[in-house]
Amino acid sequence: MAGTQYRGSEIKDVNQFLNDADGLESEREKEIGQHIGYRYDVNLVPDYDRITPFLSKYMETMGWDDLNWLEDVHMGYEEGMPAVFDRNINGWVRVPNTIELPDNQQDRDMIARELLIKFQMSDRHPLVTLRKAYTKF
Amino acid sequence: MASVSDADLKAMTQDERVKALGMTTDQLTGRSMYMEFDPDASDRLTYPWAPDVDFNKRTEVDCDDKSTTEVNKEIRALMDEGYGTVVLKNPRGMHSLGVGILSKLNLIIEGSTGYFAVGLIDGPNVRINGRVGWSCAENMMSGTVMIEKNAGSTFGAAMRGGDLVCRGSVGSRTGIDQKGGTIIVGGDTGALSGFMMQRGRMVVCGNAGKNLGDSMYDGTIFVGGEIKSCGVDAVEAELSDLDKAWLTRKLTQYGLMPDKGVDHFTKIVAGKQLWNYDNLEPNEKKLIL
Repeated sequence: MAGTQYRGSEIKDVNQFLNDADGLESEREKEIGQHIGYRYDVNLVPDYDRITPFLSKYMETMGWDDLNWLEDVHMGYEEGMPAVFDRNINGWVRVPNTIELPDNQQDRDMIARELLIKFQMSDRHPLVTLRKAYTKF
Repeated sequence: MASVSDADLKAMTQDERVKALGMTTDQLTGRSMYMEFDPDASDRLTYPWAPDVDFNKRTEVDCDDKSTTEVNKEIRALMDEGYGTVVLKNPRGMHSLGVGILSKLNLIIEGSTGYFAVGLIDGPNVRINGRVGWSCAENMMSGTVMIEKNAGSTFGAAMRGGDLVCRGSVGSRTGIDQKGGTIIVGGDTGALSGFMMQRGRMVVCGNAGKNLGDSMYDGTIFVGGEIKSCGVDAVEAELSDLDKAWLTRKLTQYGLMPDKGVDHFTKIVAGKQLWNYDNLEPNEKKLIL
């Protein structure tokens, strides 16, 4: 094999990538000058005790008993800023500075899910324009 | 965005539409795309283009003497009329039934389907009262799919979100290239399940075949029965209290909660020994050169 081994660093603190945008901790990361891996735990399952009223309303509208696809949505950290990855535009959407971040990842994930829904369902979302341009009439 | 009426857009070619809407063709290679959320965005809960359907408005479609295309077009037409519950009768193993439904809907298929059933869906709740062929719910984005009997190979291939449930057993390569969402199997799963899985969760209440999670990049696999063998870089991890709470909730929701609870489940994750970034291997490149 090409000698590859996971030599990334562990996520220890919820503010880790806000305080240290580069996230270079392990020797390997320092050597290559790039953080290895995600800046959040992609496998973290949601704590349903922390669900927000907006998300409950969304679940009810869609006829779902849980968060469904939103279970895979987390608040991430890119270039020292909190952001959410939107799969529909294949890009990061930043969380405005006006939003105060809770002190734990679970509550932050709930905010991320709420913001993403509002963005995806709005007329401002790039898919609205894309659909107009490429739809089959 | 430039203001252009739908009638004007309809009269244009695709290239003309792209220009009229002010879309650009920036080279995005190597760049992250950034936007910022609007904290004052409206509280709408469905896509702007989604038809306004009512779950209580129900109708039936007889698939006999119809082609797959005709059935799928009829589903869309019924959604445009506001029907929120559509029952498909006599599917008789038709392929590609119910594909590409991109908003909320209750779809009930009374019988078995062929391959690629309900692929590429984003939102609907589907119940299939029979068996399904290969690649059921391939590339599923969101929603729920419940299969009452068994499923073929590549169940939930490249799935990205939502819940995909099979009460029976499934074939091999379940969740191959899974990129999100949850796959739940009430019975057993075949060889190479979770092959090249990237994220998401797979729950197998029965046994798993050989090479489970082979070359998985990330994601989690929970197995209630025996695992014939784990694939390359798939390793066992500790089942946390949060995992147990999530498993209990999910399995109860779909009526698949084992009598003995979830404590006996084995959790499999990526060992992350295969993570390979081509531009991050200077030493190895020197050796090759």
